Amino acid sequence: MSGAALVQDPAGLDQGGAAQAQTATCAHCGGATAPGQRFCCAGCGAAFATIQELGLGSYYRDMVRDTLARRLQPASEPRADLARHICTAADGLHELNLAVDGLQCGACVWLIESVLGRDPSVTAARVNMTTRRLRLAWTGAPEHGAALVGRIESLGYRLVPFDPACLAAAQDRTGRDLLRALAVAGFAAANVMLPAIAIWIGLVSDMGPATRALLHWVSAAIALPAIIFAVRPFWRSAWGALRQGRTNMDVPIAVGVTLVTGMSLVQTINHAEHAYFDSAVALLFFLLIGRVLDHYARAHARAAAEQLIALQQSDVGVLEPDGTLVRRDAASVAAGSRILVAPGERIGVDGTIEHGDGLLDTALVTGESLPVAAAPGSRVFAGTLNLGGPITVRAAATGGATLLAECVRLMDAAEARRSRFVRFADRVARRYAPVVHLAAALTFLWWWGIQGMALADALLIAAAVLIITCPCALALAVPAVQVIGTGRLFRRGVLVKSPTALERLAEIDTVVFDKTGTLTDPALHLVSTHAPDTLRLAAGLAVASRHPLARALAAAAGPVVPAGDVHETVGAGLHHGAIRLGSAVFAGGAATATTPALYLARPGFAVERFDFAECLRPDTAATIAALAALGLEVRLLSGDREPAVASAAVGAGITHWRAGCSPVDKVAAIEALQAAGRRVLMVGDGLNDGPCLAAAHVSISPSTAAEISQNAADVVFQGTSLAAVADTIRTARRMRALCRQNIALSLGYNLLMVPVAIAGLVTPWLAALAMSTSSLLVIGNSFRLRSLR
Amino acid sequence: MTAILWLIALSVFLGAGGLALFLWASRSGQYDDMEGAARRILFDDDKP
Repeated sequence: MSGAALVQDPAGLDQGGAAQAQTATCAHCGGATAPGQRFCCAGCGAAFATIQELGLGSYYRDMVRDTLARRLQPASEPRADLARHICTAADGLHELNLAVDGLQCGACVWLIESVLGRDPSVTAARVNMTTRRLRLAWTGAPEHGAALVGRIESLGYRLVPFDPACLAAAQDRTGRDLLRALAVAGFAAANVMLPAIAIWIGLVSDMGPATRALLHWVSAAIALPAIIFAVRPFWRSAWGALRQGRTNMDVPIAVGVTLVTGMSLVQTINHAEHAYFDSAVALLFFLLIGRVLDHYARAHARAAAEQLIALQQSDVGVLEPDGTLVRRDAASVAAGSRILVAPGERIGVDGTIEHGDGLLDTALVTGESLPVAAAPGSRVFAGTLNLGGPITVRAAATGGATLLAECVRLMDAAEARRSRFVRFADRVARRYAPVVHLAAALTFLWWWGIQGMALADALLIAAAVLIITCPCALALAVPAVQVIGTGRLFRRGVLVKSPTALERLAEIDTVVFDKTGTLTDPALHLVSTHAPDTLRLAAGLAVASRHPLARALAAAAGPVVPAGDVHETVGAGLHHGAIRLGSAVFAGGAATATTPALYLARPGFAVERFDFAECLRPDTAATIAALAALGLEVRLLSGDREPAVASAAVGAGITHWRAGCSPVDKVAAIEALQAAGRRVLMVGDGLNDGPCLAAAHVSISPSTAAEISQNAADVVFQGTSLAAVADTIRTARRMRALCRQNIALSLGYNLLMVPVAIAGLVTPWLAALAMSTSSLLVIGNSFRLRSLR
Repeated sequence: MTAILWLIALSVFLGAGGLALFLWASRSGQYDDMEGAARRILFDDDKP
């Protein structure tokens, strides 16, 4: 590999030029087409015709394309095994849950539901736009499901069945509990205001003590059950912290609400003047809003991350003992089974090659950018891409001495060593809670012990101190910013999975990148130059194949007219009449390349070679420069060979780099940096990066990463642009600044109001007013995050 | 005074009705897909 191979995506530039010359886009998928063509491929033409035939043509008028979503181009991916996922109810109703890839906008939901709704056997077809899942129910034969799924897939969507029970987000019990608590608190907060406002007005007009007592009892009747119900989430969290000898933000909240409610009840029984039921309920309501929004924003991101992984999982072709090929879920393949891996397919299991010579792209596993040759007897790992001919793999028992097992072991160890991070809000609460409780206790002692006030009255003033200091604004300060920040990132395709990820991201001072698949584009690029006619001819053949090299060639040529009547010889190449495109042997030339290459042979010309190599992502250098501008030190750790890493480092503008790292070396390097007091962000995608992602202070993965890495990463970004990394760090820093402002605002407000409370001058209406204003102020300040470019 | 008692009971009863409706709606999954619900209204359901 030379430096020239890492020029910034020459093919992409060509494509841009071509697109500018003729702005023809496909009428179905919106992709580039050759001049004069309406569709980019036959599949799109067929999908367009189907939609028109069903009378759903208004779809094209209504749809808005989503640049982050998969293009709506029908592809002949191997069909997943549906039968295992179909649930049949007692009444003969079959149900299937599918993850949908390619949803662009609401029109797609309408299209899918309308197409399925036309089938008389379908009883329910509902797409959930938030989770991007389709629930399909039909009567009749269970096999009909495959036809229904096929109909949607022919429109260009990709459907992957899943078991709803195995996705954690599907059984979101915490979310439902919180929402129910919010509903009850909201109901009580609204209704308790009816007697509360009457009482406040009654204090200055002529309300008699009997009426006031009645209204207090009404307030108690509404508020007490609601508080008992809605305070549970706070007590659960506070109790968990107290049992471990810590305090968190929920401790002052739970204690404050409980004390205030108890005091108000005593006051009501004594027919006293003031009761604080409205404050207690309103406090819970405000806090639960923050809690619910925070929970849903995170659940949303987690569900999207699970979806990404579900879509990546493809089935494996299992060769049964009788020679038939059955497609199965990778997880259900027994050790010792024989797996057939087609050219261009990812190997789904760990094992040894039994038959066939493969050229394996192990970029996702070891970080090696050049494909390696593999012969029978070689070990292969799940996630490896087969670039050569078909191979048969015997599945190994999981665990043991595989690379995967080693990575899992390293990850567990790294995670155990990772310092337990304390959330910013909890760090504040740790100092805040004891001070507040002490102030309330001293206030009580002062009024009761020294001033000789009645016990109940002194307790009431102490309770007022707790209400005023009950950190409503303080507890909203962080979640309000988090919700707006994660929502903003979500819309840009960045999924924040861990609740503390953004706080940790704001603290980092060093960024460590992996090379293959992270700094570089996961797909190969054409790097040799050719006459336009030759390139177009070769691409005309290449579009007929799913092989990664053929795809890279087709992508480099831009829109082309497909050559009709192309035959593919599996594992060798394509031919169209006398024109042949494929391996050296297939094309009749001599194998002259050590890098992945395709050879084109046509009558009357010499055999032409097309070279492919990995390229840096188009915005890699710009992103590295942006990170440096943010004051971060950027390093590169790669498992690849030295020349490849060196040229990538030069191209990206990174001065600190290391090549040939094993997973153990990488973890050691990260831990050495952290031991030196640095806070490290790890950005990586390979199986071999998994342990590093777990060991670093915070970690980011692209959505093309190996499953194990995506699970380990705190943040997952979608799309081809690496700029998401810099953008996420910038957002995280801005969020930290806003959180600090919010906390300063609410502490400042407390400082102002606490003397009033200690002096015993706070009445229920003043408490309610002060509490709402400070909360609104904090929420309003958080919205300033939206103005960040 | 009796009027107040009636009115308070009535208002709490109405509020509780709203709460029950909300809990029913959340239990029947009507809040599971907020994004889809917002966009569905833009499309005609022209089933023959």
